[in-house]
Amino acid sequence: MSKRDVVITGVGLVSSLGEGLEANAAAMADPSCLNLDETTYAPYRVHPAVPLELDRQIPKKLDQKQMEPWQRLGAYAAGLALENAGLKGDKERLSTMQLIVGCGGGERDYAVDGQILSDLPKADNPGQLLNEKLMSELRPTLFLAQLSNLLAGNISIVHGVTGASRTFMGEEQAGVDAVRIAFERIRAGQGDAFLVGGSYNAERADALLIYAMGGFLRHAPFAPVDQRADDPGLYLGSGGAFLVLEARETAEARGASILAVLKGVDSRRSRRVPGSVGAALGEAFKALPAASGRVAVMSGATGIAGITNEEIAALPAVPVRFTASRLGHMTEAQFPAGIALAVESLRSGALPAPAAGSSETEAEGEPEAIYVTSVGHMRGEGLALVVRAH
Amino acid sequence: MKDAKGRPVVVVTGMGVVTSLGQGKADTWSALTAGTSGIRQISRFPTAGLKTTIAGTVDFVPAEPFCAAQLSENFARLAVDEAISEAKIGTKGAFPGPMFIAVPPVEMEWPQREALARASGATEAVTYADLLRAADTGQFKDWHNLFLFGTVADRLADEFGTQGSPISLSTACSSGATAIQLGVEAIRRGETEAALCIGTDGSVQAEALIRFSLLSALSTQNDPPEGASKPFSKNRDGFVMGEGAAALVLESYESAKARGAQVLGVIAGCGEKGDGFHRTRTSPDGMPAILAMRGAIEDAGLTPDDIDYVNAHGTSTPENDKMESFGCMTVMGERMKSVPISSNKSMIGHTLTAAGAVEAVVTLLTLRNGRIPPTINYTIPDPAIPLDVVPNVARDASLRYAMSNSFGFGGQNTVLVFAREVKA
Repeated sequence: MSKRDVVITGVGLVSSLGEGLEANAAAMADPSCLNLDETTYAPYRVHPAVPLELDRQIPKKLDQKQMEPWQRLGAYAAGLALENAGLKGDKERLSTMQLIVGCGGGERDYAVDGQILSDLPKADNPGQLLNEKLMSELRPTLFLAQLSNLLAGNISIVHGVTGASRTFMGEEQAGVDAVRIAFERIRAGQGDAFLVGGSYNAERADALLIYAMGGFLRHAPFAPVDQRADDPGLYLGSGGAFLVLEARETAEARGASILAVLKGVDSRRSRRVPGSVGAALGEAFKALPAASGRVAVMSGATGIAGITNEEIAALPAVPVRFTASRLGHMTEAQFPAGIALAVESLRSGALPAPAAGSSETEAEGEPEAIYVTSVGHMRGEGLALVVRAH
Repeated sequence: MKDAKGRPVVVVTGMGVVTSLGQGKADTWSALTAGTSGIRQISRFPTAGLKTTIAGTVDFVPAEPFCAAQLSENFARLAVDEAISEAKIGTKGAFPGPMFIAVPPVEMEWPQREALARASGATEAVTYADLLRAADTGQFKDWHNLFLFGTVADRLADEFGTQGSPISLSTACSSGATAIQLGVEAIRRGETEAALCIGTDGSVQAEALIRFSLLSALSTQNDPPEGASKPFSKNRDGFVMGEGAAALVLESYESAKARGAQVLGVIAGCGEKGDGFHRTRTSPDGMPAILAMRGAIEDAGLTPDDIDYVNAHGTSTPENDKMESFGCMTVMGERMKSVPISSNKSMIGHTLTAAGAVEAVVTLLTLRNGRIPPTINYTIPDPAIPLDVVPNVARDASLRYAMSNSFGFGGQNTVLVFAREVKA
């Protein structure tokens, strides 16, 4: 079967640094631009999302109300991507567009949980108390803001993307596999146009709790991800990133602007032992088409000991930008966000500035090809190659 | 061999299943064709204060710690083991293809929250700041991985040695069918010769049940438990939660033939369509479900007249059964009145994330055995549903093609079409 070209025609990004590609790029042109909340969840720090004027992408108040923040971030970024691709409101095309979302779920009602946890130890019949409290205190529609596939569901409702949707779960790798499956399906003619991406809300005590239990969160003050030997770990980051991927012929037929070309996506899973991440990335680089011209890397490294060093050692000797040093670790949205930033760098001809205090070096000339990496904090290794549109 | 569209033909060479009716295909099939219900009074947690106190729980599989994540993993392991043993594919611990697994959204549960609260020492006005403080001690390290979304897949990938990055997915109540669809697509792309497709769900716990209860989705006719799930009946009043898992080994026909594997059936077509009408309700015109059915039939290179049997989504909710009946009538026309359609959920309840995979296995057994499991508890027909629901008693029938429907919250509609044998 002849394989088709896959092009990127729309990008939507919301992060702690801004809304939209240009705002993010402008912020990242400043080596020290950072938005870190150091107090709300002390001793942990998170990169909080910028405030959004929700009406601009989620016009109905009812829809806004039915979503929790992780879903709003995603639905908003999805809207930006469709707008960027010139597809916003194009009912006919959106009714056949496929949707693949990488996300987790959420979010707890903290007040109800706290109340129940306070009352349970004193209850004569804890089981009955739990039942009664949940039956009377839980908002019936909260469930719909918790279900993983309801980010996709909300994007279908708000933006009319109704070809069909699939939701991948599994932390970082969900974002990698979402992009890979969309890419391979387009290449093989199993679909022409996809909206693919994910979102993550870091401003959640229940999300922090999972990573805190595992000891993956950095306690020490800010340092770029490649400078965290003193206290290895990640800061979670809020945001959403969506991409419109199309077969080249589909994009050209509708006269769309091609922002960049997605040349390959590799997704793999090493059985983690020391050295396996470096080896997996080495294999991934070999599996993708070779990049030529001025090459750079947009790394999704977490800052976790061991795996981040292995990744750095496996990267080619080209300028590298660590996205988590600027935006935090966006989990399922990390890989799509890395691709979004790669597209912007290729389009504008400039990488983000080297982050203050990092090992990142200045790049010479305009980048022509950018590798995007993802190394999951527990599992999964991903790599994409994005090249200039022309 | 290629199908009508020039793609590799995808066959099934191994199947495994766990339901409230038993472990393995043999037990599940004999109970399903005997019209036996697996719905019972919930015993694993107190039901005082709940409107619904019944479910199709799988109570014979232990899990430690006892939570949905661990239970779902354990169900899946049993189903995969059965499927791979039957397929006799690969070598022990080395399955020659990727894994696609439908898993319920994983989350920390109350026993864990309570343990963290206790460890924090907080006694009054407990907050998440207290839980975070306890988490930071490092004494709950194992729970981090247990409650990640990708862990069930990761552990199964380690154990069964599947290739590449395992994909954990959710399309709500059509997840199991989507897992199969992803496997079919991978084989059709030529990416692999085999795929392991799984649906698993062990999430009958208090809060999960209460969430559905608060949406008025569950039957409250608790007594007798086995009478509660009444798909297509006039007095149906909601679904009954069920648990279980199913695994299917998918292979290209060429690969199965080359290694002399037994072909259990064919996955001839897949169809899907999104619905942007509402978070829990379907478009009033039923079009997304209709288009998903038509898509699956067309993808199989068939026409509606070829479908001999429909394995219904048939949840026993007033809305689903009415819309599904309308959708089938629209797709098949008047002929649908005489096409047998039955709902396995009348006996095993709604196995949610697993349902599409469990029902795929049952549909393949139905084709293979020429025997249709009934829709039980059908005593008061709904005049608005003029269908042959194979009421209460199994029926023998020679079937060539069957369609299995799966619909879910969030506008998910996935339909699979199966063939009994490979078309020469």
